Amino acid sequence: MTGARPALTTVHQPLPHDSARLHVTGEARFIDDLPEPRGLLHLAVARSGHAHARMRKINLAPVRAAAGVVRVLTAADIPGANDISPKGLGDDPVFADGLVRFYGQALFAVAAADRDSARRAARLAEVDYEPLPAVLSLEQAVAREEYVAPPLLLERGDAARAIAQSEHKIKGRLCSGGQDHFYLEGQIALAVPGEDGAMLVCSSTQHPAEVQRLVAQALGLADGAVTVEVRRMGGGFGGKETQAAQWAVIAALAARACNAPAKLRLDRDDDMVMTGKRHPFVSDYEAGFDGNGRVQGLALTFTADCGFSADLSGAVNDRAVLHADNAYYLENVSIRSLRCRTNTVSNTAFRGFGAPQGMLAVERVMEHIASHLGLDALAVRRKNLYGIRKRNTTPFGMTVTDNILPRIISRLATTASYKKRRVAVINFNRAHTARKKGIALAPVKFGVAFTTSFMNQGGALLQVYTDGSVHVNHGGAEMGQGLFIKVAQVVAEELQVDISRVHLSATRTDKVPNTPATAASSGADLNCMAALIAARKIKQRLTAVAAHSCGVAESAVAFHNGEVAAGKTRLSFAALARRAWLARVPLSATGFYRTPKIHWDAKQKRGRPFLYFAYGAAVAEVVVDTRSGESKVERVDLLHDAGRSLNPAVDRGQIEGGFVQGMGWLTTEELWWDAAGRLQTHAPSTYKIPACADLPADFRVEIFAAGRNREPTVHRSKAVGEPPLMLAIAVFNALAQAAAAAHGKHAPPAVDAPATPERLLLAMQKTAAA
Amino acid sequence: MDGAVRFVLGLDAHEARGLPPTTTVLAYLRDHCRRVGTKEGCAEGDCGACTVVLGEVDGDGGAIRYRAVNSCIQFLPQLHGKQLITVEDLRGADGALHPVQQAMVEEHASQCGFCTPGFVMSLFALLHDAGAGGRAAVDDALAGNLCRCTGYAPIIRAAQKILARRGADKFDAARKTTVKKLRAANDGETPTIRCNGQSYFAPRTLRGLLQLRARHADAVLVAGATDAGLWVTKQLRRFGAVLDTGRVAELRRLRERDGVLEIGAAVTYRDAAAALTRHYPALGELLRRLGSVQVRNAGTIGGNIANGSPIGDMPPPLIAAGGRVALRSVRGAREIALEDFFTGYGRQDLRADEVLEKILLPLPPAGLRFNVYKLSKRFDQDISIVCGAFALRLQKEKVAAIRIAYGGMAGVPKRARRTERALAGKTWNESTVAAAAAALEQEYTPLSDLRGSAAYRTLAAKNLLHRFYSDTTGGDVVNLARPLQ
Repeated sequence: MTGARPALTTVHQPLPHDSARLHVTGEARFIDDLPEPRGLLHLAVARSGHAHARMRKINLAPVRAAAGVVRVLTAADIPGANDISPKGLGDDPVFADGLVRFYGQALFAVAAADRDSARRAARLAEVDYEPLPAVLSLEQAVAREEYVAPPLLLERGDAARAIAQSEHKIKGRLCSGGQDHFYLEGQIALAVPGEDGAMLVCSSTQHPAEVQRLVAQALGLADGAVTVEVRRMGGGFGGKETQAAQWAVIAALAARACNAPAKLRLDRDDDMVMTGKRHPFVSDYEAGFDGNGRVQGLALTFTADCGFSADLSGAVNDRAVLHADNAYYLENVSIRSLRCRTNTVSNTAFRGFGAPQGMLAVERVMEHIASHLGLDALAVRRKNLYGIRKRNTTPFGMTVTDNILPRIISRLATTASYKKRRVAVINFNRAHTARKKGIALAPVKFGVAFTTSFMNQGGALLQVYTDGSVHVNHGGAEMGQGLFIKVAQVVAEELQVDISRVHLSATRTDKVPNTPATAASSGADLNCMAALIAARKIKQRLTAVAAHSCGVAESAVAFHNGEVAAGKTRLSFAALARRAWLARVPLSATGFYRTPKIHWDAKQKRGRPFLYFAYGAAVAEVVVDTRSGESKVERVDLLHDAGRSLNPAVDRGQIEGGFVQGMGWLTTEELWWDAAGRLQTHAPSTYKIPACADLPADFRVEIFAAGRNREPTVHRSKAVGEPPLMLAIAVFNALAQAAAAAHGKHAPPAVDAPATPERLLLAMQKTAAA
Repeated sequence: MDGAVRFVLGLDAHEARGLPPTTTVLAYLRDHCRRVGTKEGCAEGDCGACTVVLGEVDGDGGAIRYRAVNSCIQFLPQLHGKQLITVEDLRGADGALHPVQQAMVEEHASQCGFCTPGFVMSLFALLHDAGAGGRAAVDDALAGNLCRCTGYAPIIRAAQKILARRGADKFDAARKTTVKKLRAANDGETPTIRCNGQSYFAPRTLRGLLQLRARHADAVLVAGATDAGLWVTKQLRRFGAVLDTGRVAELRRLRERDGVLEIGAAVTYRDAAAALTRHYPALGELLRRLGSVQVRNAGTIGGNIANGSPIGDMPPPLIAAGGRVALRSVRGAREIALEDFFTGYGRQDLRADEVLEKILLPLPPAGLRFNVYKLSKRFDQDISIVCGAFALRLQKEKVAAIRIAYGGMAGVPKRARRTERALAGKTWNESTVAAAAAALEQEYTPLSDLRGSAAYRTLAAKNLLHRFYSDTTGGDVVNLARPLQ
């Protein structure tokens, strides 16, 4: 194309988030910001006052009589199924029906003229409970074999024998707490009844298709009668994957019952009490290893608190098992996973989806081995890393084909001066008693794809108008992760139009149907690819039009920066679009993508559940006050692989933000239930996510420059949503080292997560006494 | 007494009437002004998504001081006579982004965008607050704004850019006319608001307040509403009558007299900080970590005391320093030691017609060694697990006088009298301190709760005494709450 304009490169550019200007001006609309339709009813949901009880009687008369109340809705008012289980298990009622299974469970909803009237009225019910014994601990659940899904055992080789025959052995237990998502925008849904039984629901959800299905199921409607829309969420992090559905269903039930629009926005405290969290884990390990720290056998048992229902706990725990190796080759390994049912809120997806808990355990094993042998933990890790050609299959039989971790670790250890600083830390600890330091390097290897294979599909709808502007919809939901700008970049690049010509609007089930949740880091992989496929279809049609109308071969047609060259003729993209329209060529196309190569044999527990792995590593240095247990993260270096980043600014944001969120999980974020099973940390006053000052004073973040996906993903990029969260394990390991250093050289790491001042201080105390 | 709340909204005079007086500023903006840029994240003043900026004429100089507050727990009548600036006001007449907004876009400082308007407003206030730059100043300015997406790194970069680019904006350009509008709005008596059986009084004199207090025994006293706001948003309480102490001239007074610092009960943390820090430098650090900028701009030390929380941050150091409180009613005035004001969990020595008038803090005598330490799960904007305050005077290595008070160890902020006795007259050395720490263990039977276990509280309280000892003897003590060098 000599003489043509240079090609427009839009992908790989650090473009701002498509809504950045709307965010900073307050013009970006979230659901509660939408103009309220006439006659809108406001809803509030009543919470149960027991963790486990039968409801003998419930007197709703005072609720109905309260000022402003229009309608009260209970389980009996649900025309269809009283269930929002994502798996159709029937164990997740919209409203408790006779039996209450956790403190805070939804009992009924009140529709009123205004939100405060609804909230006030919801507190007026008189409920006669017959308390039942509640399972509130994992010990109780295991003893009674209360499971939401059957235990799973993944094995390779003979772990028990290998451990028995090893020169060195260790045993230990690590507990990690749950984590509230604390999306800044709480759960919300607005339902607007339409004609002839139709229902439009605006839901802050990561999974509009599932909300559509569950609304239809509860209302006894066809899926086709329900449309779900989400333009953007004020954060999701997994907390709106399944758990947005309940509020959408309730809003739709009220809208249907009252034949009026209805909005349900949870108060923050209700949101935190009533929605599930990251699974708390107890991880027991037993390892055998040689004098260099190479693992010969490892036996792990993960005991997870799933709460009262299954939700996605099966898949979450599967992912924990599939990431129990993290970056390490485990020749003889057994991983047992117990999915416990307790009388607490049903735990759910949270960024990392079980992988963080799985990795945390094996990373503790590495630290424990190092302290046992008096070795640098990095040396132990290096001894155990997956090999390039040998020692490169996972316990589930997938070959690790693109292991760039040795390169990433080498580079990071150098740029972070790991060796020198480790010596400095050791010297510091010799010289100080009131403070102790720790430094740790932790690698991350994260498998990308939904482990439920069929979910790995993406759809898009692309339309070109006669002025050459482009409109794209896709199945992904925007929650701040920059999915929309990435889709726009990919489309603009393919059609060679300026990105300002590419318009995106709310994700809707009537535009792109039957989509998976925007989750598992797969949003860009699936939806960018689907949009790219749609764009290629349109481009192909336009090429044919250009070739035909200019009398040249299709191979002589090229798109460049808003222009189309057809032989010697140059057309603007808009002129070509108009020409296509006049020629009666359709300018609308769907794109559909299914992730290739993946398969999983659930019986054998072997296969290739992931298309590829994303990698990264972190070095963290911390200091702990030995008198108070207070700690500070002094410096963090991150090196993370985003493949060929579609948008380095967006990806850097995911890396930084994911890391800090992971740090919160492992440090300040503590969920605390009282003896009656009531969550007492249900607001930001009591539940402490990281604040600005918690960002390490010295924070160095680098995207792995040589990153390039070996698999044919969209522009060879890699998923980046979840993996960086686990980089924060470096912080936790460094804290555990610092606490152990209070007791000399070989003390094993003993701190549980989150490493609050209390856990750190008591761990330092305990080890001293022992 | 026309019942209208008059204020300046953005740059324009504005009037609100006919609404219940406990309507929050946030609800007013979103439901009545269709200004939906300001968000509700928690409705309790802990996340900052609802941050707005209030402008007030600063003295007689004609300057306006801008302060960030949480609109979710401010009541509408509190706006009277002030300027309210929300995220919608920031763009220029030509639609151009404000420098704060511009920097946020350039640094990719928004992801989901829900917390963003709050950050923009906190940064706007920081920009107009000609304070220092640097990471520590940014951390302090943003401690009350939570972001769950970015991890703060790009926001900090944006903040540093904003401070480096400092320059006048449209609010500076409009200063003179805004001052005129503010003076007009503030003219005359503060209105009494009555709606739906609720009354809101904002007297300007102590006498007026005491008379109202005598007449309305059940009235709720509100100073900054950083606590009372939650009674409305969370407990859904309906107040019959509200007495706003925030405009009572005598209660807003801060002065030094006869070796005593008198802090009016309605003086905000923010306004008291300089004087407190000058006399008791350790209080500066405590105040820095108390609540957030938004909370300190509205909340008062008087409120922190009058509410009687066992974990309020101010009582322990004030007790250790020998603070007293002045209580007054139409019948007369009395003064009691602060530690005697707290009579039991949730109970204070305050009669139905009395109000807390002021806090009397003796200025430190020469040679006083004073410190206060707060332990919390998160350094910034968290509530104490344990807070220990120590005031020591030595005479030739011996303890001439010591006062110790802890928060978080009992149902009330409480002096450690046994521990004090164990130290009195003894040589100030490690073994005396160790013996006193053993006494301390006997002194309290703390609870286990969401903030900490009894075991941790007891151990930490003892260790804080050791920390104080190290502090007074040049030991190895570093405040991890401060950014490390």
